Amino acid sequence: MRATRSLEIGTGLFVILGLAALVFLTTQLPSSGLKLSLGAVPGYDVTAEFDNIGDLKVGAPVRMAGVRIGDVTGIGLDSQSFRADVHLHIYPQFSQIPQDSYASIETEGLLGGQYVGISPGGLDTYLKNGSQILQTQSAIVLENLINKFFANFSSGGSGNSGSGSGNGSNNSSSGGNGKTPNQGQNPPQEPHP
Amino acid sequence: MSNGVRRGLPLEGVRKFGVTGIFLARLLLACGRALARPRLVIAQIYNAGARSLIIIMLSGLFTGMVLGLLGQDVLQRFGAETALGQMAALALLKELGPVLTALLFAGRAGTALTSEIGLMKATDQLTAMEVMAVDPMSYVAAPRFLGGLIAMPLLVAIFDVIGLLGAHLIGVGLLGVDRGTFWSQMQSAVGMRDVTEGIVKSVVFGAVASLIAVNEGYQCEPTAEGVGLATTRTVVAASVLTLLFDYVLTAVFL
Repeated sequence: MRATRSLEIGTGLFVILGLAALVFLTTQLPSSGLKLSLGAVPGYDVTAEFDNIGDLKVGAPVRMAGVRIGDVTGIGLDSQSFRADVHLHIYPQFSQIPQDSYASIETEGLLGGQYVGISPGGLDTYLKNGSQILQTQSAIVLENLINKFFANFSSGGSGNSGSGSGNGSNNSSSGGNGKTPNQGQNPPQEPHP
Repeated sequence: MSNGVRRGLPLEGVRKFGVTGIFLARLLLACGRALARPRLVIAQIYNAGARSLIIIMLSGLFTGMVLGLLGQDVLQRFGAETALGQMAALALLKELGPVLTALLFAGRAGTALTSEIGLMKATDQLTAMEVMAVDPMSYVAAPRFLGGLIAMPLLVAIFDVIGLLGAHLIGVGLLGVDRGTFWSQMQSAVGMRDVTEGIVKSVVFGAVASLIAVNEGYQCEPTAEGVGLATTRTVVAASVLTLLFDYVLTAVFL
Protein backbone atom coordinates (compact mmCIF):
# COMPACT_ATOMS: atom_id res chain seq x y z
CA MET A 1 0.00 0.00 0.00
CA ARG A 2 2.87 2.34 0.83
CA ALA A 3 4.45 1.59 -2.57
CA THR A 4 1.32 2.65 -4.50
CA ARG A 5 1.04 5.79 -2.37
CA SER A 6 4.57 6.97 -3.14
CA LEU A 7 4.06 6.04 -6.79
CA GLU A 8 0.94 8.20 -6.93
CA ILE A 9 2.68 11.09 -5.21
CA GLY A 10 5.62 10.80 -7.62
CA THR A 11 3.31 10.75 -10.64
CA GLY A 12 1.32 13.67 -9.29
CA LEU A 13 4.48 15.67 -8.72
CA PHE A 14 5.67 14.94 -12.24
CA VAL A 15 2.33 15.87 -13.83
CA ILE A 16 2.05 19.10 -11.81
CA LEU A 17 5.63 20.04 -12.71
CA GLY A 18 5.01 19.28 -16.40
CA LEU A 19 1.74 21.21 -16.50
CA ALA A 20 3.36 24.16 -14.72
CA ALA A 21 6.11 24.15 -17.35
CA LEU A 22 3.51 24.00 -20.15
CA VAL A 23 1.55 26.90 -18.65
CA PHE A 24 4.77 28.89 -18.34
CA LEU A 25 5.69 28.22 -21.97
CA THR A 26 2.27 29.10 -23.34
CA THR A 27 1.61 32.22 -21.28
CA GLN A 28 4.96 33.78 -20.44
CA LEU A 29 6.94 33.29 -23.64
CA PRO A 30 4.73 34.35 -26.56
CA SER A 31 4.12 38.03 -27.06
CA SER A 32 0.37 37.35 -27.10
CA GLY A 33 0.26 35.60 -23.73
CA LEU A 34 -0.82 36.89 -20.34
CA LYS A 35 2.11 38.24 -18.44
CA LEU A 36 2.60 38.02 -14.72
CA SER A 37 3.85 41.23 -13.23
CA LEU A 38 6.43 40.67 -10.53
CA GLY A 39 4.63 42.76 -7.92
CA ALA A 40 5.67 46.28 -7.02
CA VAL A 41 9.42 46.81 -7.23
CA PRO A 42 10.53 49.74 -5.06
CA GLY A 43 11.41 52.93 -6.87
CA TYR A 44 9.50 55.67 -8.66
CA ASP A 45 7.85 56.08 -12.05
CA VAL A 46 8.37 58.85 -14.58
CA THR A 47 7.07 59.29 -18.11
CA ALA A 48 8.59 60.58 -21.30
CA GLU A 49 7.03 61.29 -24.69
CA PHE A 50 8.88 60.44 -27.87
CA ASP A 51 8.10 61.17 -31.51
CA ASN A 52 9.22 57.69 -32.49
CA ILE A 53 10.33 54.88 -30.22
CA GLY A 54 11.52 52.59 -33.01
CA ASP A 55 11.85 49.04 -31.71
CA LEU A 56 11.73 49.79 -27.97
CA LYS A 57 10.01 47.08 -25.91
CA VAL A 58 8.57 46.78 -22.42
CA GLY A 59 11.29 45.42 -20.12
CA ALA A 60 14.10 47.26 -21.88
CA PRO A 61 16.63 48.90 -19.57
CA VAL A 62 16.91 52.58 -18.71
CA ARG A 63 20.55 53.62 -18.55
CA MET A 64 22.46 56.66 -17.44
CA ALA A 65 26.12 56.80 -18.50
CA GLY A 66 25.78 53.12 -19.39
CA VAL A 67 24.68 52.11 -15.89
CA ARG A 68 21.26 50.52 -15.55
CA ILE A 69 19.00 52.71 -13.44
CA GLY A 70 15.55 51.32 -14.28
CA ASP A 71 13.21 49.56 -16.72
CA VAL A 72 10.65 50.50 -19.33
CA THR A 73 7.37 49.42 -17.73
CA GLY A 74 4.83 50.57 -20.29
CA ILE A 75 4.47 51.92 -23.80
CA GLY A 76 1.35 53.70 -25.02
CA LEU A 77 0.20 56.24 -27.57
CA ASP A 78 -0.92 59.69 -26.45
CA SER A 79 -4.26 60.18 -28.17
CA GLN A 80 -3.91 63.98 -28.37
CA SER A 81 -0.38 64.50 -29.57
CA PHE A 82 0.04 61.11 -31.30
CA ARG A 83 3.39 60.67 -29.64
CA ALA A 84 4.61 57.55 -27.87
CA ASP A 85 4.06 57.67 -24.13
CA VAL A 86 6.80 55.66 -22.41
CA HIS A 87 6.61 54.80 -18.70
CA LEU A 88 9.93 54.39 -16.95
CA HIS A 89 10.51 52.80 -13.56
CA ILE A 90 13.63 54.15 -11.85
CA TYR A 91 15.26 52.19 -9.02
CA PRO A 92 15.07 53.88 -5.60
CA GLN A 93 18.83 54.39 -5.16
CA PHE A 94 18.88 56.76 -8.16
CA SER A 95 16.66 59.40 -6.57
CA GLN A 96 18.65 62.50 -7.52
CA ILE A 97 18.22 62.79 -11.27
CA PRO A 98 17.86 66.46 -12.34
CA GLN A 99 14.42 67.40 -13.57
CA ASP A 100 15.68 68.80 -16.88
CA SER A 101 17.41 65.55 -17.83
CA TYR A 102 17.33 64.45 -21.41
CA ALA A 103 15.92 61.08 -22.54
CA SER A 104 16.90 59.45 -25.82
CA ILE A 105 16.36 56.05 -27.38
CA GLU A 106 19.62 54.31 -28.15
CA THR A 107 20.68 50.97 -29.59
CA GLU A 108 22.98 48.38 -28.07
CA GLY A 109 25.41 47.32 -30.75
CA LEU A 110 24.49 47.30 -34.41
CA LEU A 111 21.64 44.80 -34.26
CA GLY A 112 20.97 44.86 -30.55
CA GLY A 113 17.87 45.79 -28.63
CA GLN A 114 17.01 49.39 -27.86
CA TYR A 115 17.05 51.12 -24.50
CA VAL A 116 16.30 54.52 -23.02
CA GLY A 117 19.39 56.58 -22.26
CA ILE A 118 19.15 59.47 -19.78
CA SER A 119 21.63 62.34 -19.91
CA PRO A 120 21.65 64.46 -16.76
CA GLY A 121 20.57 68.08 -16.80
CA GLY A 122 21.74 70.84 -14.48
CA LEU A 123 18.78 71.73 -12.27
CA ASP A 124 18.79 71.28 -8.50
CA THR A 125 15.25 69.88 -8.49
CA TYR A 126 14.97 66.17 -9.07
CA LEU A 127 12.63 63.83 -10.91
CA LYS A 128 10.02 62.31 -8.62
CA ASN A 129 7.15 59.86 -8.90
CA GLY A 130 4.82 60.92 -11.71
CA SER A 131 7.00 63.63 -13.24
CA GLN A 132 7.64 63.82 -16.96
CA ILE A 133 10.91 64.10 -18.85
CA LEU A 134 10.27 66.93 -21.28
CA GLN A 135 13.35 66.84 -23.48
CA THR A 136 13.48 63.68 -25.55
CA GLN A 137 15.10 62.44 -28.69
CA SER A 138 13.49 59.78 -30.87
CA ALA A 139 14.96 56.50 -31.93
CA ILE A 140 17.26 56.75 -34.90
CA VAL A 141 15.64 54.74 -37.65
CA LEU A 142 18.46 53.48 -39.82
CA GLU A 143 16.47 53.45 -43.07
CA ASN A 144 15.46 57.11 -42.66
CA LEU A 145 19.07 57.98 -41.92
CA ILE A 146 20.28 56.25 -45.06
CA ASN A 147 17.60 57.96 -47.14
CA LYS A 148 18.57 61.36 -45.72
CA PHE A 149 22.23 60.66 -46.32
CA PHE A 150 21.69 59.74 -49.94
CA ALA A 151 19.42 62.74 -50.49
CA ASN A 152 22.06 65.09 -49.03
CA PHE A 153 24.88 63.32 -50.81
CA SER A 154 23.33 63.54 -54.26
CA SER A 155 22.16 67.15 -53.95
CA GLY A 156 25.53 68.14 -52.44
CA GLY A 157 27.40 66.38 -55.24
CA SER A 158 25.50 68.19 -57.99
CA GLY A 159 26.06 71.54 -56.26
CA ASN A 160 29.85 71.05 -56.41
CA SER A 161 29.91 70.15 -60.08
CA GLY A 162 28.13 73.40 -60.86
CA SER A 163 25.30 71.92 -62.90
CA GLY A 164 21.72 73.24 -62.79
CA SER A 165 19.53 73.03 -59.73
CA GLY A 166 17.00 70.95 -61.70
CA ASN A 167 19.43 68.07 -61.62
CA GLY A 168 19.72 68.30 -57.85
CA SER A 169 15.98 68.07 -57.34
CA ASN A 170 15.81 65.07 -59.67
CA ASN A 171 18.39 63.27 -57.60
CA SER A 172 16.79 63.97 -54.27
CA SER A 173 13.37 62.85 -55.45
CA SER A 174 14.64 59.52 -56.67
CA GLY A 175 17.34 59.15 -54.02
CA GLY A 176 15.16 56.79 -52.02
CA ASN A 177 15.49 54.14 -54.72
CA GLY A 178 19.15 53.70 -53.90
CA LYS A 179 20.26 54.35 -57.48
CA THR A 180 22.67 57.11 -56.61
CA PRO A 181 25.74 55.35 -58.03
CA ASN A 182 24.19 55.62 -61.51
CA GLN A 183 23.24 59.23 -61.00
CA GLY A 184 26.69 60.06 -59.76
CA GLN A 185 27.96 59.36 -63.27
CA ASN A 186 25.49 61.72 -64.89
CA PRO A 187 26.82 65.15 -63.83
CA PRO A 188 30.18 64.83 -65.65
CA GLN A 189 28.33 64.23 -68.92
CA GLU A 190 26.21 67.34 -68.62
CA PRO A 191 28.82 70.13 -68.99
CA HIS A 192 29.51 68.91 -72.60
CA PRO A 193 26.36 70.31 -74.22
CA MET B 1 3.40 -16.94 -32.90
CA SER B 2 5.20 -17.03 -36.24
CA ASN B 3 6.53 -13.51 -35.80
CA GLY B 4 10.16 -14.59 -35.54
CA VAL B 5 12.60 -12.33 -37.34
CA ARG B 6 13.73 -13.66 -40.69
CA ARG B 7 16.26 -11.54 -42.51
CA GLY B 8 17.31 -11.09 -46.11
CA LEU B 9 13.88 -11.18 -47.67
CA PRO B 10 12.76 -7.87 -49.18
CA LEU B 11 9.18 -8.78 -48.38
CA GLU B 12 10.16 -9.10 -44.74
CA GLY B 13 10.59 -5.31 -44.49
CA VAL B 14 7.15 -4.75 -45.96
CA ARG B 15 5.69 -7.33 -43.59
CA LYS B 16 7.27 -5.49 -40.67
CA PHE B 17 5.39 -2.31 -41.62
CA GLY B 18 2.20 -4.33 -41.82
CA VAL B 19 2.78 -5.94 -38.43
CA THR B 20 3.43 -2.52 -36.87
CA GLY B 21 0.34 -1.06 -38.56
CA ILE B 22 -1.93 -3.85 -37.36
CA PHE B 23 -0.37 -3.58 -33.91
CA LEU B 24 -1.09 0.17 -33.87
CA ALA B 25 -4.72 -0.43 -34.79
CA ARG B 26 -5.12 -3.06 -32.06
CA LEU B 27 -3.32 -0.77 -29.63
CA LEU B 28 -5.64 2.16 -30.32
CA LEU B 29 -8.66 -0.12 -29.88
CA ALA B 30 -7.23 -1.35 -26.59
CA CYS B 31 -6.54 2.22 -25.37
CA GLY B 32 -10.22 2.77 -24.59
CA ARG B 33 -10.29 -0.31 -22.39
CA ALA B 34 -6.99 0.69 -20.79
CA LEU B 35 -8.40 4.10 -19.86
CA ALA B 36 -11.08 2.31 -17.87
CA ARG B 37 -8.26 1.21 -15.55
CA PRO B 38 -6.49 4.58 -15.00
CA ARG B 39 -4.36 3.12 -12.21
CA LEU B 40 -2.36 1.10 -14.75
CA VAL B 41 -1.80 4.18 -16.90
CA ILE B 42 -0.75 6.23 -13.88
CA ALA B 43 1.85 3.60 -12.97
CA GLN B 44 3.26 3.86 -16.51
CA ILE B 45 3.29 7.67 -16.44
CA TYR B 46 5.36 7.27 -13.31
CA ASN B 47 7.71 4.81 -15.00
CA ALA B 48 8.13 6.73 -18.25
CA GLY B 49 7.80 10.27 -16.93
CA ALA B 50 8.58 10.76 -13.29
CA ARG B 51 11.57 8.44 -13.35
CA SER B 52 13.02 10.22 -16.41
CA LEU B 53 12.77 13.57 -14.64
CA ILE B 54 16.33 13.78 -13.34
CA ILE B 55 18.00 12.91 -16.65
CA ILE B 56 15.68 15.30 -18.55
CA MET B 57 16.30 18.16 -16.15
CA LEU B 58 20.07 17.67 -16.15
CA SER B 59 20.18 17.45 -19.95
CA GLY B 60 17.93 20.50 -20.28
CA LEU B 61 20.06 22.53 -17.92
CA PHE B 62 23.29 21.75 -19.74
CA THR B 63 21.72 22.20 -23.19
CA GLY B 64 20.52 25.64 -22.14
CA MET B 65 23.89 26.55 -20.67
CA VAL B 66 25.66 25.49 -23.87
CA LEU B 67 23.17 27.55 -25.87
CA GLY B 68 24.02 30.51 -23.67
CA LEU B 69 27.76 30.15 -24.30
CA LEU B 70 27.42 29.38 -28.00
CA GLY B 71 24.86 32.14 -28.55
CA GLN B 72 27.07 34.67 -26.83
CA ASP B 73 30.07 33.59 -28.89
CA VAL B 74 28.30 33.67 -32.25
CA LEU B 75 26.02 36.66 -31.68
CA GLN B 76 28.71 38.99 -30.37
CA ARG B 77 30.48 38.70 -33.71
CA PHE B 78 27.49 40.59 -35.11
CA GLY B 79 27.14 42.81 -32.05
CA ALA B 80 23.78 41.23 -31.31
CA GLU B 81 24.30 39.64 -27.87
CA THR B 82 20.92 41.02 -26.84
CA ALA B 83 19.26 38.53 -29.21
CA LEU B 84 20.54 35.70 -26.99
CA GLY B 85 17.18 35.17 -25.29
CA GLN B 86 15.32 34.93 -28.55
CA MET B 87 17.86 32.53 -30.05
CA ALA B 88 17.86 30.25 -27.01
CA ALA B 89 14.07 30.25 -26.71
CA LEU B 90 13.42 29.47 -30.37
CA ALA B 91 16.10 26.78 -30.54
CA LEU B 92 14.82 25.10 -27.38
CA LEU B 93 11.12 25.34 -28.16
CA LYS B 94 11.20 24.32 -31.78
CA GLU B 95 14.04 21.82 -32.08
CA LEU B 96 16.27 20.97 -29.15
CA GLY B 97 13.58 20.44 -26.55
CA PRO B 98 11.41 17.95 -28.46
CA VAL B 99 14.26 16.16 -30.28
CA LEU B 100 16.68 15.74 -27.38
CA THR B 101 13.89 14.74 -25.03
CA ALA B 102 12.66 12.16 -27.54
CA LEU B 103 16.16 10.70 -27.96
CA LEU B 104 16.65 10.52 -24.20
CA PHE B 105 13.16 9.12 -23.81
CA ALA B 106 13.88 6.36 -26.35
CA GLY B 107 17.05 5.46 -24.49
CA ARG B 108 15.72 5.75 -20.96
CA ALA B 109 12.05 4.71 -21.11
CA GLY B 110 11.81 3.00 -24.52
CA THR B 111 14.43 0.37 -23.74
CA ALA B 112 12.81 -0.33 -20.38
CA LEU B 113 9.43 -0.87 -22.07
CA THR B 114 10.82 -3.17 -24.76
CA SER B 115 12.86 -5.34 -22.43
CA GLU B 116 10.04 -5.52 -19.88
CA ILE B 117 7.43 -6.66 -22.42
CA GLY B 118 9.98 -8.88 -24.18
CA LEU B 119 10.84 -10.61 -20.94
CA MET B 120 7.15 -11.03 -20.16
CA LYS B 121 6.81 -12.71 -23.51
CA ALA B 122 9.93 -14.87 -23.04
CA THR B 123 8.64 -16.09 -19.68
CA ASP B 124 5.17 -16.80 -21.17
CA GLN B 125 3.44 -14.22 -18.97
CA LEU B 126 1.57 -12.80 -21.96
CA THR B 127 0.34 -16.27 -22.91
CA ALA B 128 -0.68 -16.87 -19.31
CA MET B 129 -2.78 -13.70 -19.38
CA GLU B 130 -4.51 -14.86 -22.53
CA VAL B 131 -5.24 -18.20 -20.86
CA MET B 132 -6.81 -16.31 -17.95
CA ALA B 133 -8.91 -14.34 -20.48
CA VAL B 134 -7.01 -11.13 -19.66
CA ASP B 135 -6.22 -9.25 -22.86
CA PRO B 136 -2.47 -8.42 -22.71
CA MET B 137 -3.03 -5.67 -25.29
CA SER B 138 -5.24 -3.64 -22.99
CA TYR B 139 -3.55 -4.75 -19.78
CA VAL B 140 0.15 -4.53 -20.75
CA ALA B 141 0.67 -2.75 -24.08
CA ALA B 142 -1.92 0.03 -24.10
CA PRO B 143 -1.17 1.47 -20.61
CA ARG B 144 2.52 1.66 -21.51
CA PHE B 145 1.78 3.36 -24.80
CA LEU B 146 -0.57 5.86 -23.14
CA GLY B 147 1.91 6.47 -20.35
CA GLY B 148 4.61 7.42 -22.85
CA LEU B 149 2.20 9.51 -24.89
CA ILE B 150 1.12 11.54 -21.85
CA ALA B 151 4.58 11.79 -20.30
CA MET B 152 6.41 13.10 -23.39
CA PRO B 153 4.82 16.58 -23.74
CA LEU B 154 5.26 17.15 -20.02
CA LEU B 155 8.90 16.08 -20.19
CA VAL B 156 9.50 18.37 -23.18
CA ALA B 157 7.91 21.32 -21.38
CA ILE B 158 10.12 20.69 -18.35
CA PHE B 159 13.18 20.35 -20.60
CA ASP B 160 12.36 23.69 -22.28
CA VAL B 161 11.85 25.59 -19.05
CA ILE B 162 14.99 24.20 -17.42
CA GLY B 163 16.89 24.90 -20.65
CA LEU B 164 15.76 28.54 -20.62
CA LEU B 165 16.87 28.71 -17.01
CA GLY B 166 20.29 27.40 -18.07
CA ALA B 167 20.57 29.93 -20.90
CA HIS B 168 19.49 32.67 -18.49
CA LEU B 169 22.05 31.48 -15.95
CA ILE B 170 24.92 31.71 -18.43
CA GLY B 171 23.74 34.65 -20.56
CA VAL B 172 22.56 36.94 -17.78
CA GLY B 173 24.43 35.60 -14.77
CA LEU B 174 27.82 34.93 -16.27
CA LEU B 175 28.14 36.86 -19.53
CA GLY B 176 26.27 39.99 -18.55
CA VAL B 177 23.42 40.21 -21.06
CA ASP B 178 20.78 42.50 -19.59
CA ARG B 179 17.98 40.57 -17.87
CA GLY B 180 15.16 42.80 -19.13
CA THR B 181 16.51 42.74 -22.67
CA PHE B 182 16.92 38.95 -22.56
CA TRP B 183 13.27 38.43 -21.64
CA SER B 184 11.70 41.22 -23.68
CA GLN B 185 13.56 40.18 -26.84
CA MET B 186 12.53 36.58 -26.19
CA GLN B 187 8.89 37.46 -25.66
CA SER B 188 8.68 39.64 -28.72
CA ALA B 189 10.29 36.98 -30.93
CA VAL B 190 8.39 33.90 -29.74
CA GLY B 191 4.88 33.46 -31.08
CA MET B 192 2.13 31.10 -30.00
CA ARG B 193 2.89 29.19 -33.19
CA ASP B 194 6.40 28.32 -32.01
CA VAL B 195 5.05 26.96 -28.73
CA THR B 196 2.40 24.95 -30.59
CA GLU B 197 5.04 23.52 -32.90
CA GLY B 198 7.02 22.28 -29.91
CA ILE B 199 3.96 20.70 -28.29
CA VAL B 200 2.81 18.99 -31.52
CA LYS B 201 6.32 17.64 -32.05
CA SER B 202 6.52 16.30 -28.52
CA VAL B 203 3.17 14.49 -28.86
CA VAL B 204 4.18 12.94 -32.21
CA PHE B 205 7.62 11.91 -30.94
CA GLY B 206 6.05 10.46 -27.79
CA ALA B 207 3.62 8.41 -29.88
CA VAL B 208 6.39 7.20 -32.23
CA ALA B 209 8.84 6.24 -29.49
CA SER B 210 6.20 4.54 -27.34
CA LEU B 211 4.70 2.66 -30.28
CA ILE B 212 8.08 1.36 -31.41
CA ALA B 213 9.11 0.37 -27.89
CA VAL B 214 5.89 -1.50 -27.14
CA ASN B 215 5.74 -3.07 -30.61
CA GLU B 216 9.34 -4.30 -30.54
CA GLY B 217 8.79 -5.85 -27.13
CA TYR B 218 5.57 -7.47 -28.24
CA GLN B 219 6.99 -8.87 -31.51
CA CYS B 220 10.41 -9.88 -30.22
CA GLU B 221 11.77 -13.38 -30.37
CA PRO B 222 11.08 -14.84 -26.91
CA THR B 223 14.69 -15.61 -26.09
CA ALA B 224 17.35 -13.78 -24.11
CA GLU B 225 19.08 -12.83 -27.35
CA GLY B 226 15.80 -11.78 -29.01
CA VAL B 227 14.95 -9.41 -26.16
CA GLY B 228 18.42 -7.84 -26.41
CA LEU B 229 18.12 -7.37 -30.17
CA ALA B 230 14.63 -5.90 -29.83
CA THR B 231 15.88 -3.40 -27.24
CA THR B 232 18.65 -2.29 -29.59
CA ARG B 233 16.19 -1.97 -32.46
CA THR B 234 13.94 0.21 -30.28
CA VAL B 235 16.68 2.76 -29.67
CA VAL B 236 17.84 2.81 -33.29
CA ALA B 237 14.39 2.95 -34.88
CA ALA B 238 12.97 5.46 -32.40
CA SER B 239 15.98 7.78 -32.76
CA VAL B 240 16.02 7.69 -36.56
CA LEU B 241 12.26 8.09 -36.83
CA THR B 242 12.33 10.99 -34.36
CA LEU B 243 14.77 12.87 -36.59
CA LEU B 244 12.82 11.97 -39.71
CA PHE B 245 9.50 13.15 -38.24
CA ASP B 246 11.30 16.24 -36.96
CA TYR B 247 12.23 17.18 -40.50
CA VAL B 248 8.69 16.56 -41.74
CA LEU B 249 7.06 18.53 -38.93
CA THR B 250 9.53 21.42 -39.24
CA ALA B 251 8.73 21.61 -42.96
CA VAL B 252 4.98 21.50 -42.21
CA PHE B 253 5.20 24.32 -39.65
CA LEU B 254 7.47 26.51 -41.78
